[in-house]
Amino acid sequence: MVTGPETAPAGISVPVTATGAARLHLAIFAVALALALAAPFFLYPVFLMKVLCFALFASAFNLLLGYGGLLSFGHAAYFGSASYVAAHAAKVWGLTPELAILLGTGAAAVLGVVFGALAIRRQGIYFAMVTLAFAQMVYFFSLQAPFTGGEDGIQSVPRGRLFGMISLGPDINLYFFVLAIVVGGLLLIYRIIHSPFGQVLKAIRDNEPRAVSLGYRANRYKLAVFVMSATLAGLAGATKALVFQLASLTDVYWTMSGEVVLITLLGGMGTVFGPIVGAAIVVTMQNYFAGFGAWVTVIQGTIFVIGVLLFREGVVGILARWLRRPL
Amino acid sequence: MFELLGIPPQALFGQLLLGLINGSFYALLSLGLAVIFGLLNIINFAHGALYMMGAFVAWMLLNYLGIGYWPALILAPLAVGIFGMVIERLMIARLYHLDHLYGLLLTFGLALIIQGLFRNEYGISGLPYQIPTQLAGGQNLGFMFLPNYRAWVVVASLLVCFGTWFMIEKTRLGALLRAATENPALVGAFGINVPRLITLTYGFGVALAAFAGVLAAPIYSVNPNMGADLIIVVFAVVVIGGMGSILGSIVTGFGLGLVEGLTRVFYPEGSAVVIFVIMAIVLLVKPAGLFGRAA
Repeated sequence: MVTGPETAPAGISVPVTATGAARLHLAIFAVALALALAAPFFLYPVFLMKVLCFALFASAFNLLLGYGGLLSFGHAAYFGSASYVAAHAAKVWGLTPELAILLGTGAAAVLGVVFGALAIRRQGIYFAMVTLAFAQMVYFFSLQAPFTGGEDGIQSVPRGRLFGMISLGPDINLYFFVLAIVVGGLLLIYRIIHSPFGQVLKAIRDNEPRAVSLGYRANRYKLAVFVMSATLAGLAGATKALVFQLASLTDVYWTMSGEVVLITLLGGMGTVFGPIVGAAIVVTMQNYFAGFGAWVTVIQGTIFVIGVLLFREGVVGILARWLRRPL
Repeated sequence: MFELLGIPPQALFGQLLLGLINGSFYALLSLGLAVIFGLLNIINFAHGALYMMGAFVAWMLLNYLGIGYWPALILAPLAVGIFGMVIERLMIARLYHLDHLYGLLLTFGLALIIQGLFRNEYGISGLPYQIPTQLAGGQNLGFMFLPNYRAWVVVASLLVCFGTWFMIEKTRLGALLRAATENPALVGAFGINVPRLITLTYGFGVALAAFAGVLAAPIYSVNPNMGADLIIVVFAVVVIGGMGSILGSIVTGFGLGLVEGLTRVFYPEGSAVVIFVIMAIVLLVKPAGLFGRAA
């Protein structure tokens, strides 16, 4: 399976649960959080929220790829369908934002159970193709279903009032709401990775027959991590729908699945902070290159090729090697 | 004329023909994927982009050099095949010692680059490509009108598919290829240049995609995006068939094209997803694929 081959060299066999690494991660989280709390007063909040949503999306994807060893090429399905459901719930049913997001996330979880149960029946390259095909099915469904608005998507989704009280209309209010969701999601992912469940997951990733021989039911673990990953990707998608007040076909198309792979590859597969750094880089890049039109695709493709050929560890992976610490 | 379940026969056979045409492309593309996968163990995500490139090279040959359809049917696959071999030597060859999923990621990046470049140069509206004069018009078969060109696409695809099958299963070169698929180290020890065999195989698989692209050019307009969605359907076809057998790829390709055509007659809304639904059922019933060997 895909793992940054050098992300955890044998030389630094500091167990991740050891207090040293945990303390370092905690410190990085604290600094990042402090920066995130100050950032909206210096940078455009909508841009920051986009980074946050994609950081969560990519971290959810990385949970599956980096720790489960499963390359899903169809994560747009969960991101996008949650986005549609949340947008519909907020706009048509008039639900409060937290309920709309919950509903969207739930939809992604259900989808994750169905597709995950089918996809884990194949391994490796086939798994990637199966997940991609299922995501394309969701895309065609979104194109034709009456409630998705076809090519237009669901536009001008109301941001609403949190718990029916606090208006999320102002960007700054919404920003702190989104920050809370994303930080919660990231901490949950961190917890999953470093739990006994996460350890078994890594064992299955590294040597499935051995894990099976030790009595672990590999398929149950795979399905569980698949559903978690899909659910958290859905959480990101549903949040994104409120931020941009839009759910559209872009969110379910295969290019979105490719983008999340790119973010994770660039930041560093199988690292805790890689997807976050990757999201910051890719979203910034999209902002700066927006004027280049179709060249963005060419640039993304080039980064893919260079990344796969030369920087398979990603930015954070390389940093981790320098620092001799798992990041 | 007879009617079948309330469907006029013209519509039924028309859609079946369309299904057969789509099936031709599925078969050619999944065959190329299977041949490449057999030896390289990677899934060529750039296959759709190279199919598109085949159509574009045919269009360029006609519009820049005045070279018509028939020479293009040979020249375009040749050009794209050489392009593929260069890519294999320069990039893909560097990944053989790694997890095969890196090959998928690399070729995905290549697909993005190729599609993006063509989109920048030619836009997305699509360029027309005339049906060659020898194949203009059609036959009235009584129950339906059969355009000559479409009949030719099915025949050409079948010929190339079975030619490929014959080459792989019945010739010395094919025997080498199968041997290298089973055990590359041993074949190399017998003095066969396996890396060159791999390069040629990739070139051949890619040329098949380009050939499909040239065949498709007069039917669909020549469009930078023509391969992007098609390749995902072909992936589903490959999952359904399993990549273990050449004949299996061909049969699955044509069969699923027909099923899709039938769905378009009886339940048009489902035609876009029917292949994915079949994939889900096959995964439930026979996870290794209809013709696949258990992993």
